[in-house]
Amino acid sequence: MIPGFGMTLGFALTYLALIVLIPLAGLLWRSAALGWSDFWRLAFDPRTLHALEVSFGAALLAACINVLFGVPVAWVLTRYRFPGRRVLDAMVDLPFALPTAVAGISLAALYAPNGWIGSLLAPLGIKVAFTPLGIVVALIFIGLPFVVRTLQPVVAEIDREIEEAAATLGASRRQTLARVILPSLTPAILTGFALALARAVGEYGSVIFIAGNIPFVSEIAPLLIVIRLEEFNYAGATAVAAIMLAISFAMLLAINLIQAWSRRRFGHGS
Amino acid sequence: MDVSILDVRKDFDRFPALHGVSLEIRSGELVALLGPSGSGKTTLLRLIAGLEFPTEGCIRFGEDDASTRSVQERNVGFVFQSYALFRHMTVLDNIAFGLRVRPRASRPPRRAIRARALELLDLVQLPGLEGRFPSQLSGGQRQRVALARALAIEPRILLLDEPFGALDAKVRKELRRWLRDLHDSTGHTTVFVTHDQEEALELADRVVVMSQGRIEQVGTPDEIYDAPNSPFVYGFIGESSALPVEVDDGEVRTADRPTGLRVEGLEGPATLFFRPRDVDIVEGAGPSIAGVAVAVRRREDGRRVELEVGPARHRVEVELPLGRRVVTGERLGLRPRRWKLFSADDPARSVDWATAGAGAAAAAAGPLPLALERQ
Repeated sequence: MIPGFGMTLGFALTYLALIVLIPLAGLLWRSAALGWSDFWRLAFDPRTLHALEVSFGAALLAACINVLFGVPVAWVLTRYRFPGRRVLDAMVDLPFALPTAVAGISLAALYAPNGWIGSLLAPLGIKVAFTPLGIVVALIFIGLPFVVRTLQPVVAEIDREIEEAAATLGASRRQTLARVILPSLTPAILTGFALALARAVGEYGSVIFIAGNIPFVSEIAPLLIVIRLEEFNYAGATAVAAIMLAISFAMLLAINLIQAWSRRRFGHGS
Repeated sequence: MDVSILDVRKDFDRFPALHGVSLEIRSGELVALLGPSGSGKTTLLRLIAGLEFPTEGCIRFGEDDASTRSVQERNVGFVFQSYALFRHMTVLDNIAFGLRVRPRASRPPRRAIRARALELLDLVQLPGLEGRFPSQLSGGQRQRVALARALAIEPRILLLDEPFGALDAKVRKELRRWLRDLHDSTGHTTVFVTHDQEEALELADRVVVMSQGRIEQVGTPDEIYDAPNSPFVYGFIGESSALPVEVDDGEVRTADRPTGLRVEGLEGPATLFFRPRDVDIVEGAGPSIAGVAVAVRRREDGRRVELEVGPARHRVEVELPLGRRVVTGERLGLRPRRWKLFSADDPARSVDWATAGAGAAAAAAGPLPLALERQ
């Protein structure tokens, strides 16, 4: 056994218990105190179900869009040297640093029917602010850095000779991209997707300013929890929280398993 | 496929990597590009492949001007020093890659591709490994997979960049012999880059010695070893000693003493090159290169002696028969049997033992005819 295993494992477990396990166990404890039928009623009431659907649906969509556009952003920022690259690179981190409320308010102002972008979309009949679409926009904003920052080191590590080898074998640029480069990025893309998704599911601050928060339309689950708390309905709040926790854990576990598989499949270290 | 390289120049950001290089490679030949790092040998190989484009000059494959063609169109097999295998693909998929990316019209059917890949796997002596990933192979096996992958596209020319550079000595030797056999059986025109002269001389039909972006000499291993045409090649290929000398009226002198060598057609300061084995000891008096033995080492079939010559203490190395005992500090007189003299002012002007003329032959015979000739 590698020396230090006992001590470091003990340390890691204690830390995880204090920071993650105990609060989550407390949450489950509270919701278990509800009793089965009460829990069932609170967790599967139509408004809760709809809020969960909005939350997870928007988060999935936003994470997909972030992968679609985050991969090229990471590629350009890593591969090419151009004036302003450093500034652009630093800008990617802004969604990390900005208070999410600020992001929500500015997005709402931009996408409102009388805002800069909203006024351009309004004649086309597209409404963003105060609709579920607005939620997706806010979640894209806060999720982008996760995809970009996960991919950059992996893109930087791609060996130029691999691309040259594909070219000498007659592969066009597009074939090289599809058959050689993208498969080697797959594990990192999945990690970025999982992080962006997890972040989006839990997002609260930016969404409530742009979503409009109409029950059964654009109300997200975290907001519903806050509403229940403000009603002093702690049981209702913990029920929603517990079910969010269960779904999130199942999703992240599934992604982790896919990742492990893709590492075996695509990530064979050289 | 004959390959002609015509006056090719290559600059990287205005820094010249190759200055006007010309070379003819004949069909079926195995050619080595040999030189120290920074000599431009890899640049030349990449230019032939189309991974770089020449700043000036042109490269022909047969009658076809290849320098305007993209790397995909050139149909060359290129093996990288780091193998550059696709690590997310199995060995079989790696080898089949070049056939699978062909446009539908020229792509063989699936089964034929698989059969071809398996056949190549046999050719490189790795049968049964088609399902492995590159990370599950040893360095030598990866190198062979890389070669099979390059051969799969039926290349017009096979290019190898330091093919054995990353392997240990034993595997290198095995692969070297194996590559020679493979070349002889497939007949591909092959160019490989190496900085290992032993590899180049043992493997290649012809060796191209390069230095500082120029071709120094092109020739068979015999020609390169026996008749180096520049001070660089003499120093780079095989072991040799260099001694600064002065040619005064046909007489070669070092440290103000006659060496017993005479030349015609060269005067003034020059550098004398000779190999350790091509030196005789001059016992007793008579003109010779005088040196003091500073180190003696036993070799398998001789004694290697390091000497310091003259007040400037130029180091030269000679190999003496085992019968001749030498102790450090001993003074020895040397006379090279085979040697070459390059003018210090213009290294293109040179004289060697075979072309030095009657005077030199007489000098080699002993001091007496030399004295006669002086009259």
